Amino acid sequence: MPTIAEILKDIRPEADFTRSHDFLADGMLDSFDLVTLFSDLDKAYGISISGLNIVPENFQNIAAIQKLLEKYRQP
Amino acid sequence: MNLLFSRRKISGLLAVLPAHERSFVEEMANFNFPAARSLKLKAVMGYDKHRIVNGPVCASDLACFGLEHLFASGSLKRDDCDALIVVTQSPDYLMPPTSSVIQGRLGLKHDMFCLDINQGCAGFVMGLFQAFLLLDQPAIRKVALINVDVISRRTSPRDRNSYPLVGDGASIAIVERSEDGTPIHANLKMDGTRREALMIPAGGLRLPSTPETAVLSDDGENNFRSQDQLRMDGTAVFNFVQVEVPPMIRQLLETAQTQMDDVDYFLFHQPNRFMLEKLADQLKIPYEKMPSNVVEHYGNSSGVTIPVAIVHNLRQRLLAGSIRACLAGFGVGLTWASMLLPLGPLDFCDLIEFPS
Repeated sequence: MPTIAEILKDIRPEADFTRSHDFLADGMLDSFDLVTLFSDLDKAYGISISGLNIVPENFQNIAAIQKLLEKYRQP
Repeated sequence: MNLLFSRRKISGLLAVLPAHERSFVEEMANFNFPAARSLKLKAVMGYDKHRIVNGPVCASDLACFGLEHLFASGSLKRDDCDALIVVTQSPDYLMPPTSSVIQGRLGLKHDMFCLDINQGCAGFVMGLFQAFLLLDQPAIRKVALINVDVISRRTSPRDRNSYPLVGDGASIAIVERSEDGTPIHANLKMDGTRREALMIPAGGLRLPSTPETAVLSDDGENNFRSQDQLRMDGTAVFNFVQVEVPPMIRQLLETAQTQMDDVDYFLFHQPNRFMLEKLADQLKIPYEKMPSNVVEHYGNSSGVTIPVAIVHNLRQRLLAGSIRACLAGFGVGLTWASMLLPLGPLDFCDLIEFPS
């Protein structure tokens, strides 16, 4: 199963996501990359992230994405 | 607000799409993005082909072509049309109304109600509201509800945010009284404070078109568009749809005392596949009951997408019988509206091409 960092790298190979705390503000992801990101996360983890959770604060950085994914972890 | 109608029906449906077809792959070079990123987006959003007008084709051209087809095929008698409702965001002129242009071009009778409505992606449901209301008048027996847009003419080919998904087209729904007394529940909400999420800033009287408004500029995400062209805040629109549409549908079904399983098809406006699948997931609707394939075949033609979804996916079924359908439109305004109604059997349910 790919890590979040690997999924991000696949979307934007030229970017170093480990050094940013705000992907949008730093221009590392645009709004359409986010669509790709959530689709890739759905496929990689076998989940369907609710459309209600597709908001900027949930993909600011790797920690925010990890926190979001924890909501979808099986108990 | 909740609305309630009865003894109204759609008796026929025609979609008119430009024969001119473009593909996302051949247009990718116009966008200032690496091909790999664009192809990923293509797969997720369902971008593939879209129908757009080739040259200076106007809304009334598509509408007149469709009405002439109905007259010639005998599906509609010229004098039977008592009202013409045209829903468009891309009128031929600021004035006169496009409905008057169509009436005049086709030489239709003077004893007729012509009306333009400036609406977009919720425009099919909004148009049905108006058609149903007009049918309260005994003098009005048949309404031609025309949804039509040629928004590609106001969209920048260098705007990956909008251009790949935009489609042009028209639909004509014949609406009339029905003997079926099944209640038709509907609801409508509007929020003009969010009006700038989808807009063409220049070209009206607030900001007239000038050489300055025609200058392309970068939106910060490598999309180039002018103020004369469509501007869509994709993130805001996505969020609007995901937050507002599911509660609207639940409220509609609750008011109608109907279970999700009792609805045969959820025929929603077609912005893109990703957005529709996320809506279906929220509402726990099986994908096969909610078509999301219009964008990949034809593009998003605003208020025309619901009729196109019906004609493309359900033609044979609706010629033969009836379904219980939940319609939903959402977009410019911002506006969101839905309706639960029996649909079919239809006298005609066709898709024709407007020649290039």
